Amino acid sequence: MKHESAIREPLIIGNKSLHDITEDIAKPIETSANKWWWSLFVVSVVAMLWGFGCIFYTIGTGIGVWGLNNTIGWAWDITNFVWWVGIGHAGTLISAVLLLFRQKWRLSINRSYEAMTIFAVIQAAIFPGIHMGRIWVAYFVLPIPNQFGSLWVNFNSPLLWDVFAISTYFTVSLVFWYMGLIPDFAMIRDRAVKPVFKKAQNFKEKISNFIKEKTSRYNIYSILSFGWSGRAKHWQRHEVMSLVLAGLATPLVLSVHSIVSMDFATSVIPGWHTTIFPPYFVAGAIFSGFAMVQTLLLVMRKVVNMESYITIQHIEMMNIIIMVTGSIVGIAYITELFIAWYSGVEYEQYAFLNRATGPYWWAYWAMMTCNVISPQLMWFKKLRTSIVFTFILSIFVNIGMWFERFVIIVTSLHRDFLPSSWSMFSPTFVDIGIFIGTMGFFMVLFLLYSRTFPVIAQAELKTILKSSGDNYKKKKK
Amino acid sequence: MSKEKVIYGLYDDDDIILDAVKAIREKGHHIDEVYSPFPIHGLDHAMGLKHSRIAITSFIYGCIGASCALLMFWYMMIYDWPMIIGGKPNFTLNENLPAFIPITFEMTVFFASHLMVITFLIRCGLYPGSSSTSPDPRTTDDKFLMEIHVDEDAKKVKKIKDLMKKTGAIEIKEKE
Repeated sequence: MKHESAIREPLIIGNKSLHDITEDIAKPIETSANKWWWSLFVVSVVAMLWGFGCIFYTIGTGIGVWGLNNTIGWAWDITNFVWWVGIGHAGTLISAVLLLFRQKWRLSINRSYEAMTIFAVIQAAIFPGIHMGRIWVAYFVLPIPNQFGSLWVNFNSPLLWDVFAISTYFTVSLVFWYMGLIPDFAMIRDRAVKPVFKKAQNFKEKISNFIKEKTSRYNIYSILSFGWSGRAKHWQRHEVMSLVLAGLATPLVLSVHSIVSMDFATSVIPGWHTTIFPPYFVAGAIFSGFAMVQTLLLVMRKVVNMESYITIQHIEMMNIIIMVTGSIVGIAYITELFIAWYSGVEYEQYAFLNRATGPYWWAYWAMMTCNVISPQLMWFKKLRTSIVFTFILSIFVNIGMWFERFVIIVTSLHRDFLPSSWSMFSPTFVDIGIFIGTMGFFMVLFLLYSRTFPVIAQAELKTILKSSGDNYKKKKK
Repeated sequence: MSKEKVIYGLYDDDDIILDAVKAIREKGHHIDEVYSPFPIHGLDHAMGLKHSRIAITSFIYGCIGASCALLMFWYMMIYDWPMIIGGKPNFTLNENLPAFIPITFEMTVFFASHLMVITFLIRCGLYPGSSSTSPDPRTTDDKFLMEIHVDEDAKKVKKIKDLMKKTGAIEIKEKE
């Protein structure tokens, strides 16, 4: 990819050479964290511990500590699960789909996207786990004969499809991410100084030397890099493998949220029983995933000085995807409403009327405003290239997408076929605590990642320096 | 038998080393290895490397995954313990196939990707704890290293060194 149109904006700005890229990306790992990082880290750890406390309380006492009741058997837990899984979609989309489409701008952001995917899926997996009530028998969902004889899992159930989909998605994303990281870990390893020690005089010194050697940056990154040495044949295989993994991951991205949506769509609850769910959920997932990434990356590019690599152009591209997927989501909402009316089924019609005008009207209209109206503002170039606006909008989208899942789950359940069992849901402190806890846990993982991992896929980025680097482009002109 | 010598030529640009590889190969010398910080487009072809067959292995693994999935469904739901779910009994595999498609797909992808990555790691000799075989640590930063093995023949060694110099090498080293 040597030639690129001169009118395309450069993707790497500033007068960067190959060595500068190495320096810039190794810097956060080789220097110590500033006070901003530490204060954010402490807050996240506190939130995480609070969440863990609530999880232990739930497991110890039972899910009766949540606000669930007989009518509303799924509420915040599944809302949070779907929300987190959705957020986990942008990563693989950007690294797999955009790789297949040869979009060069993905190169400076794919690493962080994939990291976010993995961390978000970890958060998502917590919720169905604890919702089982007896988490110690979680292995019942695996296709193994249980202790009562050879009674197997039910392969006709979408909940089981979910088990397979989420675990495949998680492990494949993890492997895809890690294979890309190997050359970058090797770069960090080769920059680190191999520790040299004085000959140990006694046992204590011997032990301390041993620990120091094993925990040295050189040793840790040596292990992480799997001994990568950048041979031509290895690069050739690596490239083919990445391409095939991208090809495999692309339908996987689409399948995972489709299957999540089938948890609802295959039931007979009005408001859930719709065939539009799979594409609608996938678009929503990408929409929310990109929004979450915008929130994180806008902060990260400042904190670790990556403004030369994550440019306004990158932000604009992501905003365009938010606008497109947001519009798809908007169309899906309106289609759902239309079909509810057009179907002539009074229960279906009531479910949707109840969403918009019932006791949860505020959740519905919060969803509509944040997800349908706000992304349309991205049509204005001035707004989609503004960092402050993007940041605010991304938070709006995150809130809107959480409400979307809340609306689908809680408002469809709270008024069922029997008016005598109609009910309302109010979260307990445990519901809220676990949700906050997963946000803390997610941030803890992301913050640790931003200081120990190469946050930009530098090896891949170096391949486009000559075609898309600012200084090289100027020279050509 | 004569001893073998290894000559290393260090370059600082991917286009220069690509041209160098082509020029040196044209003169009939075999290039044993190139170490680079990033994949160089067209280098494998210029060096005369064969196409990687890793994609084919992935296809085979995927087929194995799909077959395993179908075998699993048949054994668990049709043969060993047929269950009646929602009034719909499981009699044959093909009657129930639509409900099995999602997991068949997931298993195919699972097998194809993981086994391919494991194959890649084994074929390249990469594993946690393996140490780098690159002779120069700068090759993961911004330098490119060409490695040529020759018989200990002063004339030939000099010839290759001259060629490397001519094609833009910034450092040339020799190892027994």
